Amino acid sequence: MSTLQLHPVLAALRKHRIATVVIALEIALACAVLCNACFLIAGRVQAMHVQSGVDERALGTIKLEGFDPQQANDLNARVMAGLRALPGVRSVSAIGAVPFGESGIKAGVHLDAAGQQPGGVVDFYVVGPDAARAMGVRLLSGRMPAPDEYMPVAQFVPKEAPVLITQVLAKHFWPDEDPLGKTIWAMDTHFRVIGVVDHLTVPQPGSGEEKDADWSIVVPAMPGPQLAGKYLLHANPEDLPRVMRDARAAALKLAPDAVLDLDQSRTISELREAFFLSDRVMTGLLIAVILALLGTTALGIVGLASFWVAQRRRQIGVRRALGATRRDILRYFQVENFLIVTIGIVLGMVLAYAINMTLMSIYELPRLPVLYLPIGAVALWILGQLAVLAPALRAAAVPPVAAMRSA
Amino acid sequence: MIGYYIDLALHSLRRSKVLTALMILAIAVGIGASMTTLTIMHLLSGDPLRGRSGQIFYPQVEPDPGSKAREPHDVMDYQSAMDLWSAHRADRQALVINSRVKLLAPDTPLPPLMLSMLSTTSDFFTMFEVPIRFGRSWTAEDDAAHARVAVISADLNDRLFGGQNSVGRTLRLKNSDVRIVGVLAPWRPSPLFYDVRGGRFSSGDTASFYDKPEGVITPFTTALEINDGNFDPFTCWSNPTTPGHLQNASCVWVALWVQLGDAARVAAYRRFLDGYVAQQQTLGRITRADNTRLRSLPEWLDFNGVVPSDVKLQTSLAFAFLAICLCNVVGLLLAKFLRRGGEIGLRRALGATRRAVFIQCLVEAGVIGALGGLGGLLLTLFGLWLVRRQPVPYADFVHLDASMFLATFAISVGASLIAGLLPAVRASLVEPALQLKVL
Repeated sequence: MSTLQLHPVLAALRKHRIATVVIALEIALACAVLCNACFLIAGRVQAMHVQSGVDERALGTIKLEGFDPQQANDLNARVMAGLRALPGVRSVSAIGAVPFGESGIKAGVHLDAAGQQPGGVVDFYVVGPDAARAMGVRLLSGRMPAPDEYMPVAQFVPKEAPVLITQVLAKHFWPDEDPLGKTIWAMDTHFRVIGVVDHLTVPQPGSGEEKDADWSIVVPAMPGPQLAGKYLLHANPEDLPRVMRDARAAALKLAPDAVLDLDQSRTISELREAFFLSDRVMTGLLIAVILALLGTTALGIVGLASFWVAQRRRQIGVRRALGATRRDILRYFQVENFLIVTIGIVLGMVLAYAINMTLMSIYELPRLPVLYLPIGAVALWILGQLAVLAPALRAAAVPPVAAMRSA
Repeated sequence: MIGYYIDLALHSLRRSKVLTALMILAIAVGIGASMTTLTIMHLLSGDPLRGRSGQIFYPQVEPDPGSKAREPHDVMDYQSAMDLWSAHRADRQALVINSRVKLLAPDTPLPPLMLSMLSTTSDFFTMFEVPIRFGRSWTAEDDAAHARVAVISADLNDRLFGGQNSVGRTLRLKNSDVRIVGVLAPWRPSPLFYDVRGGRFSSGDTASFYDKPEGVITPFTTALEINDGNFDPFTCWSNPTTPGHLQNASCVWVALWVQLGDAARVAAYRRFLDGYVAQQQTLGRITRADNTRLRSLPEWLDFNGVVPSDVKLQTSLAFAFLAICLCNVVGLLLAKFLRRGGEIGLRRALGATRRAVFIQCLVEAGVIGALGGLGGLLLTLFGLWLVRRQPVPYADFVHLDASMFLATFAISVGASLIAGLLPAVRASLVEPALQLKVL
């Protein structure tokens, strides 16, 4: 049936070349923007769902600053003892950085003593006794640091410390070898790998030079002048909000000489929320743009189809008088719309790739996966059919007698 | 004649209200989205020194002996920066460093707070035309004497002293007392150009370049003494021996800004910079004598890609959306003009030229554009209001300035004229006789 109708549809489109081209262009643009916007949204959503590797719901952090480094040992002892005494606190440990908090120590690492084999820039989590366990990182192989392996920080990190690395990092450094016992050189010292954990995100995933969110190394260290002021609190998830409230109040009393950083003294979940705020805003914006452009495109189709229906009342009447059913008329406008949208989609796919190329040069975005093209195409076909339905039904309702009247 | 066409246009617009409303809405929404983002682009990529940026330069040398990078480090080591500054070869020169400091205003009941301190040299205020509300900035003698003085921002003055003239009052910075000698008038350079660095390592996430200026400003020499142990390096190629003390460390952390009045002075400074590096090479302190830069401020901002990539992305999205809206308007105008084929045929038969029909159609498109622009303006104001409520550092200074106000109408009318071009040509091709037959 529809093959029979294709010829008159094509003939009519040839007559309305300008309008056809304009609406096809609009659909092409919509298709291109839609594919890329969906791709960007998927990227942001994926970034927002990064696995921290730590037990976020049970962790919080307190950050003090502005104290005299000479008093650091005293401050550490005072604050940790005071926080541990709070009801509901399971453990308190000194820590250099937390996931989604301020960025900690970053350094370029090498895989050989001579510095010829670069391993990239990675994040170092300097953690005090018990912190690794409290964080809840999952050990895949090797072991956690022993109590006597927490040594004083010399420069940023302790000298020749045993470290935990993530499995992503282990694969990156030594693709085919057992990482346990291997050595990493950085910051004028070297580290021995004693364990591999499944996940641990860098403090600020996606905003540094790290090629993967999991490029983190855990270095055990003794609290001291170089590891003071930041504490990791571990509590039951249901107690955590109250514990954090109490901890902030307690920290002010325990360390009147220091300044409490309220932005950083939060639960890890809150820090995560704040860290991804701009991504959430951007995702919302992209969704708004998609809705607005689909709406606009639909209105354009409705407008033009209505005009065509009005313009062709007489012809429709003639066709009806000659025996075409309402269904035929309806089908005619639907096929017409399908053809125009198809032209638009074909153009739009080319355009989508062009836009993707430009985005790749601005962002470090991967190539647009082919999967997004059929999604965009199907979305626009459906949109086109929905938009044309009302005008097409109006056309189908034109009585045969319209042929007798002037347009 | 144009007046008559505008009358005709308004009449015709009133005749098909729904179609007209659709077109005006499409233009208004497209213009609203693109002008909101364009205004932000315009604000973020503006000249922070209003036309004087071309005179400000940013020298760079490569002190890292092991560096294989094509570009020198973003800031300098203490030795190089100090040597270049004390040579006084530019019209004006200022060293710039930042550090976190604990601040207490002893004669107020406020608890101590941590804030970012800018430490610089006396030329900073004249070179960057920093507006001063109360008091004065410090002098070169104060620099030399390591004077315990400070200039504070209007924001901090409001917070600590309720906006009163606080000159002569005392602040405790870490453990030292400094005397306030000056209070700035509100000053919001965008971007915070003198702190811009490291843009190429930020993967486009550069919103922090639009942060507010530091609350407290102290002499460079003074800060090294009173906040010793709290200086963070940009990067190091070997660990500093004392944490937070970088004067003798293998670290880069000091920025130098110079003002050079004309091309001859720029060329002379370039020669001086090359000479300095060559001399340091013979002394064995610098190994890469070929790796110096002297970028102007606009070049430096450009090199750092200061406009966040999210903002660029939003702008391109908005313009793609505007293009879609315009396609819509083209289609609707086409429909509108051709529906009036009979009327146009009649006008042609009565002697109107193709030109006259063409102009009349364009005027109608222009009127739609102007009305759409009005709606677009309201939507732009709404969009900017939304942006001001976003958690971005530049939210506080987002506003519609006169140039963007005019641009809104210009772009709106221009876009609708372009959209009207094709339908107008098509309408002017209507044959008089053919249409009359149908009537």
